[in-house]
Amino acid sequence: MSTEARAARFPAADWDGGVLPYRVGHRKLGMWLFIVSDSLTFSALLIGYSYLRASNVWPTPFPFYPSIVFSSVMTFCLLSSSLTMVFGVSASSRGDHAAARKWILATIFFGLAFVGLHLIEWKHLIDEGMRPFSLPAEWLTRYAAPDGTLPSPLFGATFFTITGLHMFHVFTGTIYLAVVAARVRKLKHEDVEISGLYWHFVDLVWMFVFPLIYIMSVDVGAH
Amino acid sequence: MSAHAEEHEHFAGSNKLFISIWVWLIVLTLIEIFLAYKPMPLHFMLTILLGLSIIKAALIVAYFMHLKFERLSLILTIVPMLVVCICLLFAFFPDSFRSLGLRYQFKEAPPPAAEPSH
Repeated sequence: MSTEARAARFPAADWDGGVLPYRVGHRKLGMWLFIVSDSLTFSALLIGYSYLRASNVWPTPFPFYPSIVFSSVMTFCLLSSSLTMVFGVSASSRGDHAAARKWILATIFFGLAFVGLHLIEWKHLIDEGMRPFSLPAEWLTRYAAPDGTLPSPLFGATFFTITGLHMFHVFTGTIYLAVVAARVRKLKHEDVEISGLYWHFVDLVWMFVFPLIYIMSVDVGAH
Repeated sequence: MSAHAEEHEHFAGSNKLFISIWVWLIVLTLIEIFLAYKPMPLHFMLTILLGLSIIKAALIVAYFMHLKFERLSLILTIVPMLVVCICLLFAFFPDSFRSLGLRYQFKEAPPPAAEPSH
């Protein structure tokens, strides 16, 4: 019995050597491990943000327009880009390189739309006077606690760090996908799938950034 | 390999599944936005939002990232240790709640860092 056949019957034989114990190539396993480490980076940042938020008076300054409208459209862009990426990987598995390239280019389009909208949203906040270590003067009075304690200036630091790092990931992802789209005929199917893994991970991180940073900071006029 | 055949079959004929996952993700996002404007206690809202986010993340990982269709050994290598590590980070929170009471509170003037803005 060959090692492969033995491994199919006895899972323990997977670890005897001569087969791929996880049934994925080393590149794909590497991408999964990278994703695990990167998720820890983002978890640490988001938990650090939550730590600061729980130990400070925190402003909740995001209005429905532009902040929530923009971030919702951005969420829609990222979710749709994940769908087009899935179609791209699916086309690549059928060996249809032209369709795979078309879908990956659609993914890049949505990714760039996300970055563009996010930069416009940043500009709104910067124009309003938000900086990494200070808040606009009017927010200081508007979001002060009932006992007069002023809101924490770290709002800007956490906001720009977390969304900035995420935006950097999206931007890097579009470059990665552009390379994959350009070389899609030469690459193996698994390599296209690996780029898809990275892209879905970027989408996944936003699924936590959006509620924790945006939804939790909606200005509902409570103060 | 049966796992391999299943993977190809899955990729070939289930765009409908992926579109339904996408619709679910959009619906859950809309629920989150709706909740933002519902007055409710902060920790209550946080619990619901995180719950929805975890469901969304699970959908993305399981279907879009295809982990549901990978070997169990790969899933067991990646997921549990990540969950444990993230849970360990929550060990800092009692200190956070404590420092809310200890912190020097700015009451008179804006914090010094607010002045030099460039």
